[in-house]
Amino acid sequence: MRRIVRIASWLYAIAVYGFIFLPVVVLVLFSLQATSFPIPPFTGPSLRWYDAVLSDVRLTSALVNSLLVASISSLAAVTLGFLSAWGFARFVLPGSGLLRGLITLPLTVSYLIIGMGLLVLFNWAGVPKSLLAAGIGHVVINLPLCFAIIYSQMGDHQINIERAARDLGAPEWKVLLLITVPVMAPAIFAGFFLSMTFSWDEFVISFLLTRFDTTLPVEIWNLLRSGLNPKTNAVGSLVFAVSIVLVVFFELTLLRRKPA
Amino acid sequence: MSTSANNGHARALPWALVTPALGWTLLFFVLPFIAMGFSSLTAHEGGGFTASNYSQFFTNPSYWQAMVNSLEVTAIVTVISVLLAYPFAWILAEQVPERWQRLALMLAVLPFWTSYVVRSYSWLLVLAQNGVINRALTGSGLISEPLQLANTRFATVTGFVHFFVMLLTLTIFANLKQLSPSYRKAAADLGAGPVRTFLDVVLPLTLPGIMVGAFLTFVLCIGDYITPQILGGNNELLMPQLVMMQIGRRGDFPLASALSIILMAVVTIAYLACARWLKIERA
Repeated sequence: MRRIVRIASWLYAIAVYGFIFLPVVVLVLFSLQATSFPIPPFTGPSLRWYDAVLSDVRLTSALVNSLLVASISSLAAVTLGFLSAWGFARFVLPGSGLLRGLITLPLTVSYLIIGMGLLVLFNWAGVPKSLLAAGIGHVVINLPLCFAIIYSQMGDHQINIERAARDLGAPEWKVLLLITVPVMAPAIFAGFFLSMTFSWDEFVISFLLTRFDTTLPVEIWNLLRSGLNPKTNAVGSLVFAVSIVLVVFFELTLLRRKPA
Repeated sequence: MSTSANNGHARALPWALVTPALGWTLLFFVLPFIAMGFSSLTAHEGGGFTASNYSQFFTNPSYWQAMVNSLEVTAIVTVISVLLAYPFAWILAEQVPERWQRLALMLAVLPFWTSYVVRSYSWLLVLAQNGVINRALTGSGLISEPLQLANTRFATVTGFVHFFVMLLTLTIFANLKQLSPSYRKAAADLGAGPVRTFLDVVLPLTLPGIMVGAFLTFVLCIGDYITPQILGGNNELLMPQLVMMQIGRRGDFPLASALSIILMAVVTIAYLACARWLKIERA
């Protein structure tokens, strides 16, 4: 009986792993295709499509735009999220529950609707489509996430350290910078990292709110109009590689230190 | 909670901390929503207040059909994803040796981190007319004509299931690991076999976690534009595609706003229906 369960488990796990990895393997394999169609038979390996991606100014500038929007909007989201989490966790504020609910509310609404709302508002207010507009949208989706992560990690034991610093005469800003920020660093970093990955990958808000200068997911979307193309495979594989490096880095630095 | 009430600026400081975040949310989340509400009540041609954008949804069968399609696809995706992910998460949590579990789980969700747009495109490569699956099937002589796999509901569901199996594996795995082993020991001491223990103890105890994951799947799936647009094509429209179509082709913001609000109302109703399973508490 145990043996049968074991064998069935193995077969099932292999099948699910196969399903999960099938598209990724096909993507990466045919990014090395030597001919013009990313379909069997495999004609590579060749790096010509990677060459094509790196010499495509639209793609490389979209990549720079994406990195800029992701890092700046994540920095803004984590700063606003941290300050408000600190305020709500350390001080008794009237209507605290309601206000905290308001900050986390965007988590329950789909990106499409958040993007639509901003499009209607900006259109009405005469704000032109731009990377800044998309960045504002990215802060809207990531602020509640940063707030929730940091707020949930603010425990009572940290209050005592802060109180000790205050008793020793540290002004409030010094407590914040020298005590709270270092103590909360793992949660702050987690918020920042998650915001980076979500912003980096976000499509629909950027699609609605940018026009000429745009982010990488939107530029990849534009590539899709030309149908199946090994160049899309190559840029997709590069994006995947960047994400893997980030995730492995995150796993090694942050999760390892997590206290039990 | 500690208050530093004897500090002179103690009243102003907390508000200075929380106001930027609250202000941002009001300005760029609540206000856009109000703007969208107003927009949905104006006429596309000539302005003026009207409810016609909403009544169109109920009278135009193709709009109505998009909602039905969305609900059907979302329901199918949610059920298949849970059914596939639960045994997988169980195997990772129970059958894989402890020290390999982290690696096994990390591998299982690795493609989760690829770009969302690229992931849908990858499935297009697999399912295309002359893609990997059709080549394999015709090459092995199982079928003579390639199957129409891309640009179908099947393709949309496959793309979605791929994404949500990974997401649900994560949540269900965490749920199974939280379960104290003493429950299982107690069940075994009372004479229950492994099957009985699973059905009467493990499954009911992980049900709340499954509900949270299923709800998350529902919300993310019904609001997604990318997967149905890339994999399903325009053969059958889902709600997000219908919304984007109003903006793209016709610049009809009022109708797009109304359809967005209807879509959000459906999600809210679903939320209220599962609210009692979804209590999220501060750790």
